[in-house]
Amino acid sequence: MGKIVKVLKVISSLALFVAIWELIVLTGRYEPSLLPSPVKVLEGMGELVKDGTLITHFKVSLSRFITGYAMAVITGISLGLVLGYNKKVWEFVEPVVQLLRPVSPIAWFPFIVLWFGIGDVPAIIIIFIAGFFPTLLSTVSGVRKVDPVYLNVANNFGIRQPHLLFKIILPAAFPMIANGLHIALGTAWVFLVAGEMVGAQSGLGYLIIDSRNSLRSDLVLAGIIFIGISGLVLDRLIKLLEGYIERQWGVSDGRRN
Amino acid sequence: MYISIEKVSKAFTLKDKSALTVLDKVDLYIKEWEFICLLGPSGCGKSTLLNLIAGFDTPSTGTIKIDGDTVTQPSIDRIVIFQNYGLLPWRNVIKNVELGLEAKKLKRKKRRQIAEEYIQLVGLSDYKKHHPPQLSGGMQQRVALARALAVEPKILLMDEPFGALDAMTRMHMQDEIERIWQEKKKTIIFVTHDIEEAVFLADRIVIMTPSPGRVKTIIEVPLPRKRDRTSLDFLKIKDKVFTEFNGSVNNFVYGSF
Repeated sequence: MGKIVKVLKVISSLALFVAIWELIVLTGRYEPSLLPSPVKVLEGMGELVKDGTLITHFKVSLSRFITGYAMAVITGISLGLVLGYNKKVWEFVEPVVQLLRPVSPIAWFPFIVLWFGIGDVPAIIIIFIAGFFPTLLSTVSGVRKVDPVYLNVANNFGIRQPHLLFKIILPAAFPMIANGLHIALGTAWVFLVAGEMVGAQSGLGYLIIDSRNSLRSDLVLAGIIFIGISGLVLDRLIKLLEGYIERQWGVSDGRRN
Repeated sequence: MYISIEKVSKAFTLKDKSALTVLDKVDLYIKEWEFICLLGPSGCGKSTLLNLIAGFDTPSTGTIKIDGDTVTQPSIDRIVIFQNYGLLPWRNVIKNVELGLEAKKLKRKKRRQIAEEYIQLVGLSDYKKHHPPQLSGGMQQRVALARALAVEPKILLMDEPFGALDAMTRMHMQDEIERIWQEKKKTIIFVTHDIEEAVFLADRIVIMTPSPGRVKTIIEVPLPRKRDRTSLDFLKIKDKVFTEFNGSVNNFVYGSF
């Protein structure tokens, strides 16, 4: 019952949104290129799917995304473990991290192009920067918040490095790291599109720019909707992973007393 | 003597640079296979003393020797059991019990066999695959006990191990620990603030007074096992301990007036 109600709510919410949109288009007498109607956009989406443009660009975007995100995750977690464990080093590094963190990855674009040229790499680097900081910061704080009891237990049973890192610290910090990975995924997806809009000749971001250049605002909106849908799917996937981790860690299932 | 604690003092430096003496010249000698209860109100340094014996911390002055060797660091020969169990929530029961065996570099099959044996000893064979948060407090403490016993330590250091359990479970666990102590021949140092628990379990009860922590008296409990909590002799000793204990508390509360 609850599930059906939920689905109905989602459907009616979307339907209402589209209805208002259509109403504005009908009553406003705007230039169709300024605000295309839902029907036009739907047709545009169909067109992109049918002629294969969408899947080509989507594949390119996804492979850049996976490369950049994986790099961010690997470096973010490994550096985070080291920095979280060495308090003194972290205190030394933290000011720089805090200074760089609020800078939008796009701001680096001039340098990225100078250093790495054009093609796939700039977009990958931008995704990397976007995903790196949330991963790093959540790993550092996860490691620093490891319950000292676990460290005492490990010490008592004679568990030394590197086992201490892999058997105790990493798993103890993992729920928090997973949370950081979730945030990093959302941020990275946002900047994927931004990166492809300024430096690429393919991908979903490029699709939008290209459609604008050919004055196809219906395709621009179609592209935006696809980006939204794929971002949502990625978010759900990592949520499933998070749920799995929480169950494995025994955080969320039925406690008995 | 098996464990000799000679003129041990421990002082901590507070934030305002003043020193707080938690233990003041404590002398205590413990025989092998003896069951010792450290009894005292909070702030009497009983947990600090336990941590020093465990090797988690070192005395400011004085020495602790076990079997002739000065304690300088934790050892797998002395396992601490914490009030909040110190189980690793991401490992199931059997993997928790195997933790200490992994550090001993035993073969996987051998580890599993030993772990199963000790899980059976604490009566949790039906819960091997459960994760700690799925178990009740009493069951979690049994897991911690099995994990400690599995590495065959000579000494068990128990820091208010049953403090978080309800009264019925608590009595049951007291029976259990007595049974295991007799079966496995361990030296046990058991911190508690529960008089009845101390009289039920201890060969000798060490009563401590706070600020700074000192040993006030040591009371022998010559009753045969298994002790009857309602017998006249039991109540007499309980009364004696209560008088001593109460004196020390009153002294603490009203002594400064």
